[in-house]
Amino acid sequence: MAGNDLTRLRAHEMAAALRAGDVSARELLEASLARIRATDRPLHAWASLDEDGARDAAKAADRRLAAARGAGQEALAALPGLLGIPVALKDLVVTRGLPSTAGSRILGGFVGPYDAHIAERLAEAGAIVPGKTNMDEFAMGSSTEHSAWGPTSNPWDLTRVPGGSSGGSAAAVASYHVPLGIGTDTGGSIRQPAALCGVVGLKPTYGRVSRYGIIAFASSLDQIGPFGRDTRDAATLLQAIAGRDERDSTSAPIPVPDWSTELAANDDEAAGWLRGARIGLPRQYFVKGMEPGVEARVREAVAALESAGAIIVEVDLPHTDYGLATYYIIAPAEASANLARYDGVRFGYSEHEGDVLGNYLATRGRGFGAEVKRRIMLGTYALSAGYYDAFYLKAQKVRTLIKADFDAAFASVDALVAPTSPTVAFPLGARLDDPVAMYLSDACTLPVNIAGLPGLSVPCGLSDRLPVGLQFIGRAWDEGTLFHLGRAYEAITADAGWRRLDPADLGALEDPATPTPAERMAAHA
Amino acid sequence: MGAAAAGAPVAARYEAVIGIEIHVQLKTASKMFCGCSTDIKDAAPNSRTCPVCLGLPGTLPVINRRAVELVLATGIAIGATTPEFTRWDRKNYFYPDLPKGYQISQYDLPLAANGHLTFDTSDGPVTVGIRRAHLEEDTARLIHATDAAGRRVSLVDFNRSGMPLMEIVTEPDLRTGEQARRYAEELRLLLLAIGASDAAMEEGQMRVEANVSLRPVGTDAFGTRTEVKNMNSFRSVERAIAFEIERQARALGAGEVLVQETRGWDDDRGITYTMRIKEDSDDYRYFPEPDLPPLRADRAWLDAIRAGLPELPAARRARYRDELGLSAYDAAVLVGDPGATAVFEAALAAEPGLAPKAVANWVTGEYLRLAKGAGEGSGAGASGVDGAQLGRLVRLVADGAISGTNAKQVFERHALSGEPVDEIVADLGLAQISDRGALIGIIDEVLAANPGAVADVRAGKGQASGFLVGQVMKATRGQAQASVVQALLRERLGLD
Repeated sequence: MAGNDLTRLRAHEMAAALRAGDVSARELLEASLARIRATDRPLHAWASLDEDGARDAAKAADRRLAAARGAGQEALAALPGLLGIPVALKDLVVTRGLPSTAGSRILGGFVGPYDAHIAERLAEAGAIVPGKTNMDEFAMGSSTEHSAWGPTSNPWDLTRVPGGSSGGSAAAVASYHVPLGIGTDTGGSIRQPAALCGVVGLKPTYGRVSRYGIIAFASSLDQIGPFGRDTRDAATLLQAIAGRDERDSTSAPIPVPDWSTELAANDDEAAGWLRGARIGLPRQYFVKGMEPGVEARVREAVAALESAGAIIVEVDLPHTDYGLATYYIIAPAEASANLARYDGVRFGYSEHEGDVLGNYLATRGRGFGAEVKRRIMLGTYALSAGYYDAFYLKAQKVRTLIKADFDAAFASVDALVAPTSPTVAFPLGARLDDPVAMYLSDACTLPVNIAGLPGLSVPCGLSDRLPVGLQFIGRAWDEGTLFHLGRAYEAITADAGWRRLDPADLGALEDPATPTPAERMAAHA
Repeated sequence: MGAAAAGAPVAARYEAVIGIEIHVQLKTASKMFCGCSTDIKDAAPNSRTCPVCLGLPGTLPVINRRAVELVLATGIAIGATTPEFTRWDRKNYFYPDLPKGYQISQYDLPLAANGHLTFDTSDGPVTVGIRRAHLEEDTARLIHATDAAGRRVSLVDFNRSGMPLMEIVTEPDLRTGEQARRYAEELRLLLLAIGASDAAMEEGQMRVEANVSLRPVGTDAFGTRTEVKNMNSFRSVERAIAFEIERQARALGAGEVLVQETRGWDDDRGITYTMRIKEDSDDYRYFPEPDLPPLRADRAWLDAIRAGLPELPAARRARYRDELGLSAYDAAVLVGDPGATAVFEAALAAEPGLAPKAVANWVTGEYLRLAKGAGEGSGAGASGVDGAQLGRLVRLVADGAISGTNAKQVFERHALSGEPVDEIVADLGLAQISDRGALIGIIDEVLAANPGAVADVRAGKGQASGFLVGQVMKATRGQAQASVVQALLRERLGLD
């Protein structure tokens, strides 16, 4: 197969080709690396590459494949689904011997001495990690503009953001650098960039994936999840990283189903899953600042689900409006403590100016970016004596109410369907001076984190030639229903014209004259 | 103020109000939230560390079950209540010895609350309320040094980071330095009995801080308090608090205004000194630790811990008095030293028929004399003592197989070397000969060799009898039992 063609394959297609002996893991990796080298300058999806480590892993994968091929069909079938498949890691997954910066200057030069749980799991599964992807600093942001290493562009329109905070992984998957990527989602950081880049992204149930080795933003909200170019691929990746880990006391001892096998390859069979499925449509998710084009695509998608046999029920989630305020108290409060360890004493960026306090002020003053400082201050304020009850404690009470909203809705429906983001990708720099406008990007996603539920975003068409995301929200531990819905929606829209469209600016990525996102930002300013 | 009060000594016009906070390192194999060893005493700096206790990015805590059990056991032992569920909280502050920038501690739901402890003082028994006991992690250790270039540097040793700590806080119920010392001593005995901690103050395994304030006798409002630290022995706890009471009383008596501050105890100079003045209260911004789920202490778990508790010091003293017939003083001395308690128990277990008082005399006398003689608390002078062997020795004395004087010699050798008592007795040839057959032969030889003395005895001269006994003892190298020799002599001379 030609190199360029290889990068177009989805993960399950790569897996089949590897088993058939049509391609080697080494060839898949080299195709991926060649494409990254050729196109990443104007995109800036990657924070760092580990070409040597990836080549070693690819060789090992090829040896496993050869051994299994020699041992017969059963041995081949028993191989992990991710064996030999390139997977991007967000730059907050700690891996031994490689940089992990979380998009922050304060972690410049930090090389982890251990592997995150998911890095171990991916290595066991034989996945190949070419490198780590760009992100908003400490995952705080919805545009990937808040990276100390410069912003990332959206391959559908390089003047626009890819969403965030996991914008690097979303852009890398959308630009055919890799078929799969890892993101983290605290308030929408997987689903929103998936929507804005036209790929599939899932935020699992809180506790589904171990957070051990994931640089923390907000501990009670952070979850790790997959990006893919279709639902089956995303399910395969989640399956590889999910499950109880003794090192994360909040990871749940709940069995992980074999989702990838459950999901039908055949479109008719997959679409059949919709017949009689009860899907709730929350009224409160279609308000305030939603772009008409986005609402139109989402309503069309809901109509398509209904015509395929789903029962659509309007539901109320009455406390939705309080989600944003609740989130912007709890998340910064936890972050203000989680980020206290970056003090220049043991690792990373360190400034020495006078006494202990002087060192702290210089290190943290210059090591953190403006958005991170804003959230540390918000969180510190919300936890301060005299304000704790009015802010943090009240937010926890509202959190309970928001959970109760979802519980009530799930008494009558199997899942909810909603927009992922109220808008399509916005121009680089457009919301940098207006934090609240930026925070509103996550209005439809962050209630799901507050309630600890799983949420899936799948592409549902274009508005102004930019991707729109459709969000499915499920009961706790019911990622399976979301995968079935996503797969069914793909099946009933398999012939849609927009599915055949590539990101519009893919061609420009290969032009050396195309400016980098940082240059675009500088010009904009 | 009346004339009488004004004329009274300054200290007598005030009542001291003292509360004690004690941190103890728990005796677990691994640290509070990671798998690192707690055996850090002689470890090279930073050799007992991992990504978790270094606070590296991405790491998460996992609760040490054993540490929780030790605090629950302590709570049960002090009659505290345990909440149905408990949780951890983050205590936020910046310092280089605190790698995460917060300490995982417990704020409003401690593992134990509202307990109490009773102890004896020179004025009789005192009961102190214990407000709470909670579980937290220790900080790293800072070492201030000068580097090769002569610059002052601060080094951090993270071996101590994440060691499990129990903090025990009393109500402000104590009134004197002696009460504070006795409370700390009694708590230490309790913790040793439970096996919760080795609680060695000089090793930093038990750190005592006192809050001291004064108020005019007969009033209820609290005065301005100071927090006293750096008390590294029980004796310094008593001395430091006594000094602080005196200092505050003198200041108040002179019309001075006290400031709320932290004061250090200088043991050499015998004074407290200002360490840090608290201008406003610290805001630690406590909030529930989101990385740890709440912990449920269910009934079955608590019952199992309760069932596993050993005999506690108070109950042991009562048993020694009521069942073994020991004096309150002997009971207090025996229970007051865990080594003595162990030796006493082992001796009685090995020789159940012995009189407890006889064993107690040996332990409170010879054992403690040797144990304490080798340096305070170390017990090196009695390091070889095996309680069962002491039992054997007391048995030999009771049976008349060895003299009391020789027994002390045997014990001293055993205490150093640990050799079995019987072997020492044999080696030194100290066994008393009380066997009639063996003695009669020797006596007959002595009588045959000393006809003059025999005649004197028959004539009623008592001194001559003593001479003959002495000759028998000489012939047996002191091993003959004198009373038996006396009786046999009279028998052989036909005097009975």
